[in-house]
Amino acid sequence: MSDITRREQTNELALQFGNAWNYAPSREGTEQVSLKPRYELFIDGAWTAPKSNRYFATINPATEETLAEVAEANEEDVARAVTGARAAYDNVWRKLSGKERAKYIYRIARALQEKAREFAIVETLDGGKPIKESRDIDVPLAAAHFFYHAGWADKLHYAFQGREARPLGVAGQIIPWNFPLLMAAWKIAPALACGNTVVLKPAETTPLTALMLAQIFQEIELPPGVVNIVTGAGATGAALAAHPGIDKVAFTGSTAVGKRIQQALAGSKKRLTLELGGKAANVVFADAPIDQAVEGIVNGIFFNQGHVCCAGSRLLVEESVHDIVVRKLQDRMRTLRVGDPLDKNTDVGAINSKMQLGKIHEMVAAGEEEGATRWSATYDLPSKGFFFPPTIFTGAAQSCRIAREEIFGPVLTVLTFRTPDEAIEKANNTMYGLSAGVWTDKGSKSFYMAQRLEAGVVWANTFNKFDATSPFGGFKESGLGREGGRQGLAAYSEVVG
Amino acid sequence: MQSKSPAVVEPVEPSPARRIGLFSLFSSPTVDAVALEERAANLAKRSLKKEAKVAGLKLAISMMDLTTLEGKDTVGKVEQLCRKARRPMEGDGTLPSCAAICVYPNFVTTAKKALEGSTVKVASVATAFPSGLSPLPIKLEDVRRAVEFGADEIDMVIDRGAMLSGDYAKVFDEIARTKEACGPAHLKVILETGELGTYDVVRRASDIAIAAGGDFIKTSTGKVQPAATLPVTLAMLEAIRDHWYATGVRIGMKPAGGVRTAKQSLQYLVMVKETLGDAWLTPDLFRFGASALLNDVLMQLEKERTGFYQASADFSKE
Repeated sequence: MSDITRREQTNELALQFGNAWNYAPSREGTEQVSLKPRYELFIDGAWTAPKSNRYFATINPATEETLAEVAEANEEDVARAVTGARAAYDNVWRKLSGKERAKYIYRIARALQEKAREFAIVETLDGGKPIKESRDIDVPLAAAHFFYHAGWADKLHYAFQGREARPLGVAGQIIPWNFPLLMAAWKIAPALACGNTVVLKPAETTPLTALMLAQIFQEIELPPGVVNIVTGAGATGAALAAHPGIDKVAFTGSTAVGKRIQQALAGSKKRLTLELGGKAANVVFADAPIDQAVEGIVNGIFFNQGHVCCAGSRLLVEESVHDIVVRKLQDRMRTLRVGDPLDKNTDVGAINSKMQLGKIHEMVAAGEEEGATRWSATYDLPSKGFFFPPTIFTGAAQSCRIAREEIFGPVLTVLTFRTPDEAIEKANNTMYGLSAGVWTDKGSKSFYMAQRLEAGVVWANTFNKFDATSPFGGFKESGLGREGGRQGLAAYSEVVG
Repeated sequence: MQSKSPAVVEPVEPSPARRIGLFSLFSSPTVDAVALEERAANLAKRSLKKEAKVAGLKLAISMMDLTTLEGKDTVGKVEQLCRKARRPMEGDGTLPSCAAICVYPNFVTTAKKALEGSTVKVASVATAFPSGLSPLPIKLEDVRRAVEFGADEIDMVIDRGAMLSGDYAKVFDEIARTKEACGPAHLKVILETGELGTYDVVRRASDIAIAAGGDFIKTSTGKVQPAATLPVTLAMLEAIRDHWYATGVRIGMKPAGGVRTAKQSLQYLVMVKETLGDAWLTPDLFRFGASALLNDVLMQLEKERTGFYQASADFSKE
């Protein structure tokens, strides 16, 4: 242990994360997963060929290989699904007691747990997210949502303090590709618990786990028509939202599409909840536990490749700690393992689609054009598939596109502030309001910030934490209504009395 | 009883450092316990297979301070341990030696002799191990004697009472004096994290130990539960990282006590690799203080080599 090995030039920029000891590949096996070559529509409890006679391919974004063909539902198919859901509502589901509905929902939850590994693998194959996330987050949280809402089914009376909660009828639900199974659970579980029936439209790039969920519905003998699944792209979703037989539309996706749906629904009887985009501020004060804040920044923006509506995509850092936070963040980013989503050690997987990859490239080019400084560590990206290196921009202005528009990718924009009030002003200076993070060692400052931040959820010394008991939803153009928790039940109930 | 010898009485006046309020000028970064534990748990999920596992386990052997610190220790026991440290498994020449053996001062001479001609260092606990609650001159004499006997490394304990009562200057001064007394021997500073209560105090103790001249910071004596844990080690690695950021000086880390399985040892190595990087993946800067760990590591290596688990009776206990 000579002094030479222990001392070095202090101007050396970074810790060395090299090859002194490498992890061997540790790939999750896919043997136990058997995907069908072709999936039909799930209508009235049966697999039904589409009237459209059309099918589309769903691919693995990490390899660009086709996983399966999936039916494309047209207006006629959507109408059949709505008719099935209406019949199931009138004849079966609304007549069941809450206790009986709960039994079915508990069965779904248990079946999902039993098949957790299979679901996790397919979620990763179809969507590109790292297996450790689908295994540890997506699937367990989806099961938790079914368990939680099963518990409410016979207790709705207490959810609304002695008032009666009646179901709305048939819910048309359109979900995104970033958390395919979890979003299906967020939508289906409260709808069923409150006595509604469902027509669900999964995203066209990630339909497989919703279709596996349909297999579970068959296995647990959920009455036919209670949940129908129609696959397809935007046109299918539009047909579903526009169908006159729908009583409620629940949409999670982009703000642009959400606005179109809201316009289309204006003046109709349909109830609407929207969970849209975000550009969340993650606010780091100088008195924060900095090393943990750096973890929170990484989790906030690189979790699920940044395909997260509540991602902490704007880092607001107190000027006095900007340099050390960025230095630590960069060193931390050097340790991120980007690549094969099926490898258990992968931290950042594949971008969900070629289209999304194109959008990310466009936004990053805009950031460079506007004069912000782009930085990435060196990653060994796979040659096939859609990948993008985790990236940060420093020296950006509040007016830059990368500081205002949702990128929905692993790209963080770093801004600075000097005082808590300036942080609040900057954090709120956006059309969005889905989430925010505050990092400080001072409890009173957390509360001061949380009271003033215009965001549906404010995380204190953590980020991207989800729980079935906690309502989730947006302020401003991030959406309408809440999902999860007691508040989420209101989105699927007519409260009377 | 009535007359005390002034030579062995601790000074009761505040030390100079305390009088000028040295440590009120500095504050250590705070640590968020929930987020720290979450990060440690996430690192522990890394999946290590085949060659990565074998390489990691061999590295772990080379970082082990094979330890015996019992009242019933004997020359015979220490000699056997030294043999094990030199050649962890007779007949397998591919395995490295352990980094050191760690004993009480009375066995330093024995160990030194038994390890002659090997790369294995002799570490001695000192400073009234494990409580540290003796007068400073006695603790320093303890250190000097161990070094005289031939100890290459001294594992000291901090005064946890001083730490918890806020007398940071005393903690600092004792470490600085111990470092002086070490001469050429390297100093590991045991914080006894199981007695410090919060990660904030662990962090502050780490910063003090580093500032006062410790070459290594070490979690535990092994006599207190909990001993080493992944989160407490992470908090200490972060202190080491911040010191490197500020000065370019690399401080070593030694989790001790509680690391019993091969799997745990790999989790610690993952944590070092991803917190401090390649430069720390060496026995010069990372050690395990352990006794039972070596046999579990050997058993896992045999399993990787042969494809079968061997009975624990197939491995010598020391």
